[in-house]
Amino acid sequence: MRRFAELLERLVFTPQRNGKLRLLEAHFAATPDPDRGWALAALAGTLELPNLTPSLIRGLVEERTDPVLFRLSYDFVGDLAETVSLIWPAPETPPAPPPGLAETVEALSAATRSTRPAVLADLFDRLDPSARFAVIKLCTGGLRVGVSARLAKQALANRFGRPIERIEELWFALEPPYEDLFAWLEGGEEPAADLALAFRPMMLANPIEDHQFPDLEAADFAAETKWDGIRVQAVATPAGRRLYSRTGEDVGPAFPDVLEAMDWEGCVDGELLVVKHGETRPFSELQRRLGRKTVSARMLAELPAHVRAYDLLHDGAEDLRPLPYAERRERLAAWRDRWRPSRLDLSQELTFEGWDELAAIREASREAGEEGLMLKRRDSPYLAGRPVGPWWKWKRAPLTADCVLMYAQRGHGKRSSFYSDFTFGAWEEGPDGPSLAPVGKAYSGYTDEELVKLDRWVRANMTERYGPVRAVAPELVLEVAFDALQPSTRHRSGVAMRFPRIKRIRWDKPAAEAERLATLRALAGLG
Amino acid sequence: MSARALLELRPEGLWSPAARVHLDPHRPVDRAVVTHGHGDHCRPGHRALLATPETLAIAEARYGAKAFGALQPLAPGEPIRLHDATLTLVPAGHVLGSAQVVIEAGGRRAVVSGDYKRAPDPTCAPFEPVRCDLFVTEATFGLPVFRHPPAADEVARLLASLAANPDRCHAVGVYALGKAQRLIAELRRAGHDRTIYLHGGLVRLCTVYERLGVPLGPLEQIRGRDQPLRGEIVLAPPSALADRWARRLPDALICAASGWMQVRQRAKQRGVELPLVISDHADWPDLQRTILETGAETVWVTHGAEEALCHWCAGQGIDAQPLALAGRGEEETQ
Repeated sequence: MRRFAELLERLVFTPQRNGKLRLLEAHFAATPDPDRGWALAALAGTLELPNLTPSLIRGLVEERTDPVLFRLSYDFVGDLAETVSLIWPAPETPPAPPPGLAETVEALSAATRSTRPAVLADLFDRLDPSARFAVIKLCTGGLRVGVSARLAKQALANRFGRPIERIEELWFALEPPYEDLFAWLEGGEEPAADLALAFRPMMLANPIEDHQFPDLEAADFAAETKWDGIRVQAVATPAGRRLYSRTGEDVGPAFPDVLEAMDWEGCVDGELLVVKHGETRPFSELQRRLGRKTVSARMLAELPAHVRAYDLLHDGAEDLRPLPYAERRERLAAWRDRWRPSRLDLSQELTFEGWDELAAIREASREAGEEGLMLKRRDSPYLAGRPVGPWWKWKRAPLTADCVLMYAQRGHGKRSSFYSDFTFGAWEEGPDGPSLAPVGKAYSGYTDEELVKLDRWVRANMTERYGPVRAVAPELVLEVAFDALQPSTRHRSGVAMRFPRIKRIRWDKPAAEAERLATLRALAGLG
Repeated sequence: MSARALLELRPEGLWSPAARVHLDPHRPVDRAVVTHGHGDHCRPGHRALLATPETLAIAEARYGAKAFGALQPLAPGEPIRLHDATLTLVPAGHVLGSAQVVIEAGGRRAVVSGDYKRAPDPTCAPFEPVRCDLFVTEATFGLPVFRHPPAADEVARLLASLAANPDRCHAVGVYALGKAQRLIAELRRAGHDRTIYLHGGLVRLCTVYERLGVPLGPLEQIRGRDQPLRGEIVLAPPSALADRWARRLPDALICAASGWMQVRQRAKQRGVELPLVISDHADWPDLQRTILETGAETVWVTHGAEEALCHWCAGQGIDAQPLALAGRGEEETQ
């Protein structure tokens, strides 16, 4: 448990992806089974422990501490899990040696509703503060250490030299504490698994640049809309149904409406969207349905989910991945005609004569839910990973707005000494004249040289500080690029930008000539 | 006479009517007795300053020889007569030269502890508890969430990270007086004998420590960008690490050595990658233990979480009250 707690602590404080990978690799290499498998489960989100409510934990600690001292401590620390783990009055001599992660998991899983407080208290008595904190995080859901299931698998692939695609493929058939997985990673037999329901590692596209088109033959490619939803893989066999995200995570529980409609057999690659009355809704509506364990009936009615299919990997039991794309598309259409699925339609292929015509189509595609175009070589088989050549994504040109820099904050890691996170705004007319309303925040898009200049400008023009945030004089215009502008109730301005980044610094432009909020609101479809 | 009559709170700070001196005054006064060299306790401008020889050396190094009128050294454990009182300095274990001020008059005894800790520190004499009627204690970490781990364990974590990341410069944010030298000494104890690199602002006080007989091993000031700092330990004030100065460090892994590092959110806010809980103040159990060991019937609590410690004292039947001193605690919370 000590070792796992130390890992979590180091992960929390390590901002860089590579740093996190290094910590994970070392942990999986040095920790014995089954502890490392439970650690993997906890990080990958496959560890199911009985949920502990904050009130249970609080009740437990309040029995053992002075209420005034607890309140003062909680006020100071600000986080219940951390306060409890630090303030817990452990006995002089612990009742037993500190448990390992496996023992902790077993004790918590075996606990019933009535024994839970006693089990937890016993664990707390035997653990140090940082391990107590880890226990609470395990049981209250969400470690919040910035590690995705994908990153954990990447660490395994790096450390043990196995392809991540194979790990992802096998993943669905494996269960914590993953001893068979580690045995294979360390040179043993591959775990036996019926892969019919497994996630097939996805084929991904590379972005295409304008200068690449002269080398490509338009007739070799099929084109379709690039939908702005989330990429999914829907698998159905007589044994079950699964809905996987791009990284092989099972997102089915959040989309029972889609699962229920999967009364067919096969494996479909497509885009998950909210489609209501035949109309594709913007990404922000789909976002409201992501990451939920249970979905209310109201949400299902209000935000119906839908799969827009663009590829067929398995037709029944037959693996179509070696076939050329054009043939798979024909099979997809035939498959659709055979099963007549509901909540599923096909992403239409676009007909075009040459690249110029396609470019015109792309510029015209500004409907909600569209991000640009996808180009797929007609002769390409379905390959795992991101091979260069067969598939391209051709995002429509981003929208831009000239906004005024309002606040800056230092970044993390290598950027910790630079003001590198920028909040910018647009002008709003008020009774006292124009004022700035924040419309977005960006921390990319600029070059290293531009960052140095921006940092210098912020230091020379800061007016106020709010904790780590610096307000600056409203004088610098940033040309911000973004993929879409959506209505938002979370922001005072009423709009939210998708993927904002700083395209150019407009040293030359007077701030008064920057964008009006009303213009942006109109772009988001607001009056 | 009542023990409370031994000390008065005046606008300049604590005043002993019997000895006619101010204790750690935060404004210039005629005659000041100072517990230790940190800026929130020892300010320039007093006409006469009495302290341990080490504290005087530190005060001179920080403020220059002309910052005070007269300097009067007093070795720990040697009582002197000041007007109607006897005054003694007793080690406080906080930083080199730190002392508690013991004032006796009219058959009563008051102890002003300044800042103190009970954990061992290779760079200064250990705290000695003194029985007294009135005890003035700090409460920087006066909440039960603060239990400082042994410094050796935290230093071991630093060295383990250095071994695991030999390509990264480990830059530790430390206060210039006390924390820097203690961390260096603890690193030496743990067998780290490589050169430790210093921000220019730390050099002078390290020199003072060495002159006063605290060996710190090979040290080198950072100049420009040419020194091979990968895999080395660099010490600097926390403010320098959060700012442009840090850009000269190759792939810096930012660490901080402070009692506040116990609270994750604080460490996160400061952009620290490796928080080390090393404190020169008493933690919650040591504050309690010390108050009980003094046997004081009256306790005044200064800078920090006064409310919690006073609440605890009340539960022990000890008469405790917060003492609102201006300008305290800046050393640790800056």
